[in-house]
Amino acid sequence: MSKTYFDETHCAIGHPKSTFMQWMLTVDHKRIGIMYAAVMFVFFFVAVFTAFAMRLELFAPGGQYMDGDTFNQAFTLHGVIMIFLFIIPGIPAIFGNIVMPLMIGAKDVSFPRLNWFTFWLYIAGCCIALASLFIGEGVADTGWTFYAPYSMNTGTNVIMALVAAFVLGFASILTGLNFLVTIHRLRAPGMTFFKMPLFVWGIYATAWIQLLATPVVGITLILAILEKYFGIGIFDPAKGGDPVLFQHLFWIYSHPAVYLMILPAFGIMSEIIPTFSRKEVFGYRTIALSSASIAGIGYLVWGHHLYTSGMSDVAKTVFSFLTFFVAIPTGVKFYDWVATMYQGKIVLSTPMIWAMGTIVTFAIGGITGITITMIGLDIHLQDTYYTVAHFHYAILGGVVFLMFAGMHYWFPLVTGKLYDEGKAKIAFWLNFIGFNLLWFPMFIAGYYGMPRRYFDYLPEFQIYHQISFVGAVVFIAGLIYMFWVFFKGWTKGEASTPNPWNATTLEWHLPTSPPPLENHTKVPYVDFEPYEYHHGEPVVKFNYETMQRID
Amino acid sequence: MSGPYVPEIATDREGNEHEVQGWQGDFYGGKLGFWLFMLTEVMMFGAMFLALAYYNTLHPQDFLDASASLNRLLGGINTVILLVSALTMGLGLLKMRAGDVKGAKLMIWATIILATAFLIIKGFEWTAEYNHGIFLMHDKLLPESSLAFGQKLFFGLYFSMTGLHGVHIIIGIGLMLWLLKRINAGKVSTDHNILYLNIALYWDIVHLIWVFVFPYYYMIGAGGVTGGH
Repeated sequence: MSKTYFDETHCAIGHPKSTFMQWMLTVDHKRIGIMYAAVMFVFFFVAVFTAFAMRLELFAPGGQYMDGDTFNQAFTLHGVIMIFLFIIPGIPAIFGNIVMPLMIGAKDVSFPRLNWFTFWLYIAGCCIALASLFIGEGVADTGWTFYAPYSMNTGTNVIMALVAAFVLGFASILTGLNFLVTIHRLRAPGMTFFKMPLFVWGIYATAWIQLLATPVVGITLILAILEKYFGIGIFDPAKGGDPVLFQHLFWIYSHPAVYLMILPAFGIMSEIIPTFSRKEVFGYRTIALSSASIAGIGYLVWGHHLYTSGMSDVAKTVFSFLTFFVAIPTGVKFYDWVATMYQGKIVLSTPMIWAMGTIVTFAIGGITGITITMIGLDIHLQDTYYTVAHFHYAILGGVVFLMFAGMHYWFPLVTGKLYDEGKAKIAFWLNFIGFNLLWFPMFIAGYYGMPRRYFDYLPEFQIYHQISFVGAVVFIAGLIYMFWVFFKGWTKGEASTPNPWNATTLEWHLPTSPPPLENHTKVPYVDFEPYEYHHGEPVVKFNYETMQRID
Repeated sequence: MSGPYVPEIATDREGNEHEVQGWQGDFYGGKLGFWLFMLTEVMMFGAMFLALAYYNTLHPQDFLDASASLNRLLGGINTVILLVSALTMGLGLLKMRAGDVKGAKLMIWATIILATAFLIIKGFEWTAEYNHGIFLMHDKLLPESSLAFGQKLFFGLYFSMTGLHGVHIIIGIGLMLWLLKRINAGKVSTDHNILYLNIALYWDIVHLIWVFVFPYYYMIGAGGVTGGH
């Protein structure tokens, strides 16, 4: 049997004998991606169970077993882990690493050793964040946004959370930089930008955001640290500083960051839809360019987080209009996906039903986002459960669902095994139903005025919280079941062929499954479009030894 | 990953051969990567300049008064030193490319000495300011002092930005010492000078930031001193 990337690897320093050290020092983009996935999903479950603890507390009005301060720390922990440790680095670090170089026919990323260093920088950031749990007065209680001036005055470990966020941001910058150079330099001969698979476009747009927006939040966090330790006065009203400036600087990054989360997820969607519709993607260029324009417009909309923070009416109106604009390229993508499915030979495999489920959930998340773009409505709905539900529909129902779709889609590629389709579909339905049950009542509760971040509430909101609780139980059961299906698939599943889905892009044209250490046997010459189907069959076929086209 | 790197050849359907760009020995890739990294530096200092400009519009007179009290002579000397050091760094790169390794090393040493001189002068400046009661967490910059808000903000940002710039200078010196070591080890040579190029690029951004820091902190209040305000 030929060797795969599980059997051999290149290392950053020397070449140790032990398998464990080989994993620790590996520069192989596929191994690094898997290690990211392992770490991130551990943190994901920590944050999920923190959220579940809050749901338990909210089952009935009044304090049950958590006081207000602990509750504040719980939602901060949930937010910090989910945002900084899981969802921002998530898809780029996992699938950008594993799949993107394969898609463009490269042997690795441009700077493999930097990639290795970046992974360990990420781990360092995680360690700092974890340490803040156990040192001093415990984890920060400010919410993940660290708004001044409260974050400057609280006794909890805000500094460590800020340092962790900075280190993680730096890792994110380096990942983006690495991917940008990789996409610019290492595409296989003949692959022009408009012949790249759409996931690569998503990663490309994301990498620009990582590169250009993250330094702004980096310096903001440093200024906050300097403020707290050295009292430079910049966010401290006692010295003439302006706390609203912190909000501006913070959201200049953190709003593009949500596009940084969603763009690679849209990329996954754009891979899955044509593959399982057995049809060329509708409007390739519009999808590619809408990624780029979302990245561009995304920079100019941060002000919609500050409608109630004190901003001139002119600025509010401008930000409101700019925010509407960002919905246009997103809408273009949605129509393109639906049009791709039209008259296609749709195969309802698990990745496809995840993608189709996401079209529903993200549409709800996106359209409720449009409602709170309107200034008047937002004044009413700001800081209520409505906004919380919108965010979770967009990010959990959009980004994370598509990440799961991608996991199902690329699982055979990464592991060389197949999972049980039937069970994976049961897991999808558990997740989908649990998810909607969990978050939809929050729209209603929020509309009637249930504020977010409260550990107590008026009795009339109880029914919504209780429905949410039931949803949470179903959802978590679904999550655990899904990972169980993956685990069973990896350990006991059938062996997969290199191209189990009849997909067209280059990552499915490898000689073995899982791929060998240096990917394709030879680099192919790309003179075809990424999604060429004819009567439901892939057009382009390769001889996997010579990587010559044989169709 | 050892041995000379031979690029792969991809063949298209007509039998034409195309050289494949690998990540190994990718000069332009290395250059592009570092330029992108420089962009992050610009965004980072850009955000600080944004904060500075914002507070300047809130407290214009305080900013002029605070700026007037800075030492323009020492700041000016430092500006000249940094500009000259950017020249020596660039000349060294040209010498390296022309094959004059010894001359290149000499130029790097000159840059290191100039950078150290910059830090020493900066140290004198900060000491003098400390003695006037102006320093972070000290005397006039404490919340209870009666110094005007605008001035407190000006000095708070002044110490943050010049301090962060100083950190960049220290990192630069470290990078140059490392570069000398790599040259001595034969890893950086006439044909293979991407590391030198990137460190020279880094030094350029460091002096470029100062070129903006100097006028915004030192020069805006110059009119107040000469009476031309």
